[in-house]
Amino acid sequence: MEKRDLVIIGGGSAGMAAAVAAYDKGVHDILILERTEFLGGILNQCIHNGFGLHEFKEELTGPEFFTRFVKQVEERGIEYKLSANVVGVTKDKVVTYFSGEDGCVEVQAKAIVMAAGCYERNAGAIGIPGDRPSGVITAGQAQLYLNAYGYMVGKKVFILGSGDIGLIMARRMTLEGAKVLGVAELMPYSNGLERNIQQCLKDFDIPLYLSHTVTKVIGKGKLEAIEISQVDERMKPIPGTEKRFEVDTLLLSIGLIPNNDLLDKAGIEASKTRGAKVDSRMMTLSAPGIFSAGNVLHVHDLVDYVVAEGRTAGEGAAAYIKGELKPSEEGILTEAGKGIGYVVPAKLDLDAPGDALEVKFRVSRPSKNVYVVYSQGGVPIKKILKLAIIPSEMEIYKLPKNLLKADGGPLTVSLEPKEEK
Amino acid sequence: MEDVIIIGAGAVGAFVARNLSRYKASVLVLEEQNDVGDVTSMANSAIVHSGYDPVPGTKKAYCNVKGNAMFPKLCEELDVEFEQNGSLTVALDDKQFAMLEGLQQRAKENGVPTRLVLTEELFKMEPNLNPCAKGALFCPTAGIVNPFTLTAHAFENALDNGVKLRLGEKVVDIKENGGVYSVKTTKGEYQAKMVVDCAGLHSAEIASMVEPVEWKVNARKGQYYVLDHFKLGFVNSVLFPLPSEKGKGILVSKTTSGNYIVGPSSEWNEDLDDFSTDAATLANVKEQATAMVPGIPFREQIRVFAGNRATPSTHDFIIEPLPHHPGFICCGGIESPGLVSSPAIGEHVVEQLIAPFLKLEEKKQWEPCVRKHVRIASLPMEERNRLIKENPHYGIMVCNCEKVSLGELEDELNRSLPCLTIKAMKKRTRAGFGKCQGGFCQPKVLLLLAKKLGIDPTEVKYDRDHSEVLEGRSK
Repeated sequence: MEKRDLVIIGGGSAGMAAAVAAYDKGVHDILILERTEFLGGILNQCIHNGFGLHEFKEELTGPEFFTRFVKQVEERGIEYKLSANVVGVTKDKVVTYFSGEDGCVEVQAKAIVMAAGCYERNAGAIGIPGDRPSGVITAGQAQLYLNAYGYMVGKKVFILGSGDIGLIMARRMTLEGAKVLGVAELMPYSNGLERNIQQCLKDFDIPLYLSHTVTKVIGKGKLEAIEISQVDERMKPIPGTEKRFEVDTLLLSIGLIPNNDLLDKAGIEASKTRGAKVDSRMMTLSAPGIFSAGNVLHVHDLVDYVVAEGRTAGEGAAAYIKGELKPSEEGILTEAGKGIGYVVPAKLDLDAPGDALEVKFRVSRPSKNVYVVYSQGGVPIKKILKLAIIPSEMEIYKLPKNLLKADGGPLTVSLEPKEEK
Repeated sequence: MEDVIIIGAGAVGAFVARNLSRYKASVLVLEEQNDVGDVTSMANSAIVHSGYDPVPGTKKAYCNVKGNAMFPKLCEELDVEFEQNGSLTVALDDKQFAMLEGLQQRAKENGVPTRLVLTEELFKMEPNLNPCAKGALFCPTAGIVNPFTLTAHAFENALDNGVKLRLGEKVVDIKENGGVYSVKTTKGEYQAKMVVDCAGLHSAEIASMVEPVEWKVNARKGQYYVLDHFKLGFVNSVLFPLPSEKGKGILVSKTTSGNYIVGPSSEWNEDLDDFSTDAATLANVKEQATAMVPGIPFREQIRVFAGNRATPSTHDFIIEPLPHHPGFICCGGIESPGLVSSPAIGEHVVEQLIAPFLKLEEKKQWEPCVRKHVRIASLPMEERNRLIKENPHYGIMVCNCEKVSLGELEDELNRSLPCLTIKAMKKRTRAGFGKCQGGFCQPKVLLLLAKKLGIDPTEVKYDRDHSEVLEGRSK
């Protein structure tokens, strides 16, 4: 069986950043396996700008952003295979992939970085009531047709979900001559970045219907119309609030799901995000030497953070390969407390480099004037006041190590309202 | 002039066509949809029922039990995924448990082997069953089948043996004159000595074009959930509740591709062409299924769908010539267990009703098998590499979720059975059937279809007419 020090699954931003970081830490026998014909992952279809403000201190388009990483990969001579589709991973770190050139190959790796990105939640997953015609399509798929192949999927568009891809596509399709009649969002608040609400909806006078959802899809061959309804506080449609829109396209921007099938099927324990449970170095808790980073771990809002996470995973993998990182039973488990959707990593590792440990989380719903409270073993160790905090933005906090006790019990992140005086 | 025209390319039409292809006869199949098996044969539970349930002495009971026995060999010949994993009809309380004996008696009358399974063994077989379960009736001959390839491969085999097929042609009128039937479609007119009506939901409508019929076909809708193949062995056998007057009830089963299916509901549907789902009915399906298997992880849901059962007013399959037109054979009201019965119906119709009528002579040579359909990801390592070496396209994965290669897609476009739509390709190969529902692979499938069919990408249909995916070029 072929042997490699490090196999990286996915040649997008996280995978390339991991490869470069591992290389720079002295591991040179690296193989990146990328299932599409290009490095760069999903950024290949993100031709709008806004990428790289943290990483490069400038605003780049998706392709401009990832090209800089391709350059770093190529400068180091890191090997990558395109159209190489991984179909299996084992806890013993055997990776099986298909490729037209190599056939079906098994590789024994010393370490693996899983960086397979995410996929879009779709009509089937939420079971939108009504017919199942063509024209009901995820926003990312419409973006792929438009930006990669040069085809429009429709002329009269409605969008369900205010996720960022949907918002970006509202603007993109309007500029291409389509009429976007509105965006319905189930929640009472929008789920996209504020800048996208402004630049993609408000600037084009596209109405946003909060607390609304699609309650009927109508059309036998192609979509003919949709019906939306207002929902109550329990998200149930309110009869009598139906509005009908004659459209040929319903774009769905209703969330992204980590594409973590390979680790799931290898029996690696997953967290609430559906990504693997990892520690501060992005190493999975159930399989030492298997790391996970980027959107396959949890869905990020900014690629800059994906890259940073990839780098942590790459450095961790290099340390593991060199024998500098031993799996340990110790560490501080994390928990999502009141008002918090999830926390990554699942375990804080006091041996990880630096004076502080990153804690990433998203809140469950928007709040104003709240404290984010970090407690260990039930005792608050840090309180940070937030004037506003929203689910669409991932929070990152560098928790100083000196606040944590190795035997102090689990760390809980929760929200606490600021007391009015 | 044809010897036989078959109207409707569902499972019943497929097996009538395949059985006829054994004879020296010219056979033409007319189908309204753009693919075979595109209506009821596509949207059902995909269960190879054992036959314990139909009323003894009915055509349903006869065709079900006979059809079931034909499946192992048939699926071998037609290269169709089939697993005889048995079914369990589960009693959730003592009252239901007492009813199992009656079901067993009916099974015996139908000639179906069964066995009562008590709790200890039952929970070993099905660890995720409701712990309240008191026992179950096990039918070892029941199984699951890939309903998409069953119909498609039966047609492919029939076409390989000389049958002709015209897709996208709706029959609008039939006239009989001196024993010759003229069948007019939306695109042409064809003559034949015999007509077989396999038009499913529309079978009464088609027969009425020739003479008034006393039976009717009503649509009874069934709605389902499909879950991803998240885990092996969540359920192992086909799990049924106790049957009622509304049918066999909400089942929980795995599929031949490792997914799980939950359904169907049962509601009368005035519109034969309505396959919509609704939230209230599906919520009820969920509730009933959960009563039998409490921990079904509905977050693994990847699809909901609905099908219409072609329910006959006579409560039994109608398989007979029209009273005044012996050359016109009706196969009407083939509701559940229609899929499992279809091979037996096809054999009966051809052997008993067509061959003697037309005095058909058997061909000296007839090929019962289709050319193997490669499913690269399910083959052993050496076999994968042998095939990829021969054709590197077997190493290029197009559908990530279901692991379908470019070579497999291309192979479907080089067969006797046309593959004209994205849905047809999905049904043949499973590309687009996975958790991302074609999010990544659909453009690749669409462009491949355009190239091979020699049409513009904007002309590629999802399934039926006017279902094109692309509107036009960007600016």
